[in-house]
Amino acid sequence: MTEITERDLIDFVYREARLLDELRYEEWLALYAEDAHYWMPAEWQQTDPRLQASLMYEDMLLLRIRVERLGGARTFSQKPKSRSHHVLQLPQVDEINPAENRYRTWTAFNYSETRGDEFNIYSGWARHELRVEDGALKIVLKRVDLVNFDAPFGNIQLFM
Amino acid sequence: MPRYANNIAALKALIQPERVHRDVYTDPEIFRLEMRHLFANTWVYVGHASQIPNPGDYLTTDIGDQPVMASRHTDGSIHVFYNRCPHKGVKIASETCGNTGKFFRCPYHAWSFKTNGSLLAIPLKKGYDGTGLEETEAVRGLSPVGATHIYRDFIFARLAKTGVDFETFFGESLSSIDNMIDRSPEGKLVLEGAPLRYMHPCNWKMLVENQTDTCHPMVAHESSAGTAISVWEREQAKGGPKPMAVEVYAPFMAPYDFFDKMGLRVWPNGHGHTGVTTSIHADYSAVPGYFEKMVEAYGEERAREILGENRHNTIYFPNIMVKGPIQTLRVFKPIAADKTLVESYTFRLVGAPDLLFERTLMYNRLINAPTSIVGHDDLEMYERAQIGLHANGYEWVNVQRLYEPGEPEDVTAIAGGTSERQMRNQFSAWIKYMLMSMPEGNADDSKFHEAAE
Repeated sequence: MTEITERDLIDFVYREARLLDELRYEEWLALYAEDAHYWMPAEWQQTDPRLQASLMYEDMLLLRIRVERLGGARTFSQKPKSRSHHVLQLPQVDEINPAENRYRTWTAFNYSETRGDEFNIYSGWARHELRVEDGALKIVLKRVDLVNFDAPFGNIQLFM
Repeated sequence: MPRYANNIAALKALIQPERVHRDVYTDPEIFRLEMRHLFANTWVYVGHASQIPNPGDYLTTDIGDQPVMASRHTDGSIHVFYNRCPHKGVKIASETCGNTGKFFRCPYHAWSFKTNGSLLAIPLKKGYDGTGLEETEAVRGLSPVGATHIYRDFIFARLAKTGVDFETFFGESLSSIDNMIDRSPEGKLVLEGAPLRYMHPCNWKMLVENQTDTCHPMVAHESSAGTAISVWEREQAKGGPKPMAVEVYAPFMAPYDFFDKMGLRVWPNGHGHTGVTTSIHADYSAVPGYFEKMVEAYGEERAREILGENRHNTIYFPNIMVKGPIQTLRVFKPIAADKTLVESYTFRLVGAPDLLFERTLMYNRLINAPTSIVGHDDLEMYERAQIGLHANGYEWVNVQRLYEPGEPEDVTAIAGGTSERQMRNQFSAWIKYMLMSMPEGNADDSKFHEAAE
């Protein structure tokens, strides 16, 4: 069993953000376990992704559809293309649990997304739940809570 | 210089049977007139009674540009009034939903009001002795809207004191709300789940029109629904049942023929719906245990009748859309000529399995959220239209599809599903309710106040 250090977890969270900002989506998807979910709650301190409203609660099929769509020839909302920018606070390690193969981090962030002349900034907290598969860390659940989850947003087309 | 206020001929000239002038989408004066006339003369959705179940509960919203609230009084009745203290104008309730206790108390000078809006107390009232306050409207309390009607828990209000009554305004169109409620084995809906709120830099009518526009899904949504289908076809090899999300996305790519055959129905006063014979919601997987509960509640024949009605989108003019088979309600709130807030609400069918509500929530986030790829497709089109309409080469928007010269207006009728008849129906109602309280030739627009207060 690979020994996972606090440093490994921090590096992992930073690397994920970098892949997103460099628009390397295939490599980004490869960071996720096959049964993973990407979750953006729409309620404060939400506990249930299925019977409470969320902005996103997507499995790998839905994430792949998003990634494929971004590059589609008839994806008009990506003409021109969007770009993203993450500023992460140092991730805090909430759990290192090799016995149950569970590792958790909490990361405050500012995220901006731009397209054409539009520029929007979002603030929130990302929680990663990770596990080791074949010697590599994989995301089981990425939960993104926006500080203003209940605000009326315009298009959010990329990933926080 | 106002061009349209009380200029009935100029307003009428904007709406032709088969095309409408771009000013209805872009002109700030038209927008202001819509707020003053259209949104005062029509019955506008306020909220659902399940949001305010107990005495003292209230909700706040806007009718056009007017801040209002609905309040549950101690006797259980629901009252809708303007959200404004009669003293200095301060907004009384600041949260979207809450409980005020036994009375509303203005946070500025503590004027207080019963939960039916009537004045309860003014501090240091002696200071008004002999001032004539008793003769003013201020002592009546919170100003009620012109009229309020609660239909099977759906709260509607009309700002204008006089006008078309509720039953005449909606008529047979209420059958879509009925069907949504009847889908509960207990005949009861509860509004549950946070609304998804989505800001659109476009005119509110573009959104309303898009709800019955069946010639855009296979084009504008090729990027989302088309990609969903192609990715699923690839992933299918891994086995497993068709995911609920694919069942939601895939029908958006149905061919023109499907949408044409599903039909469209218009009703008087601008209401109408797509999906007369079938719809994109007709072929979802059965939810285990649900049909049995419906049979138990209604008997098999009636249960089949209720569930066999798969209406697509029902427009309640001017600014909501209801999806009965999905249990969602979208409100298109006008903010400016080029700005609209869309709030998409979800209902739980009381007595039905959780899985149905899970599907309702999934539908809402996959289709109506600011993070929705289907939403991204649509908003891109509205945004381009809002910009494109400023081009001076041609000043009209075409709504001619399947138009027949002499087509009767303001009637109940069936049309082909790819017809733009519901858009024409909306504009026929638009001009009717814009002009209903508009005096001719007096540009100060002062008559509005008599109508709406």
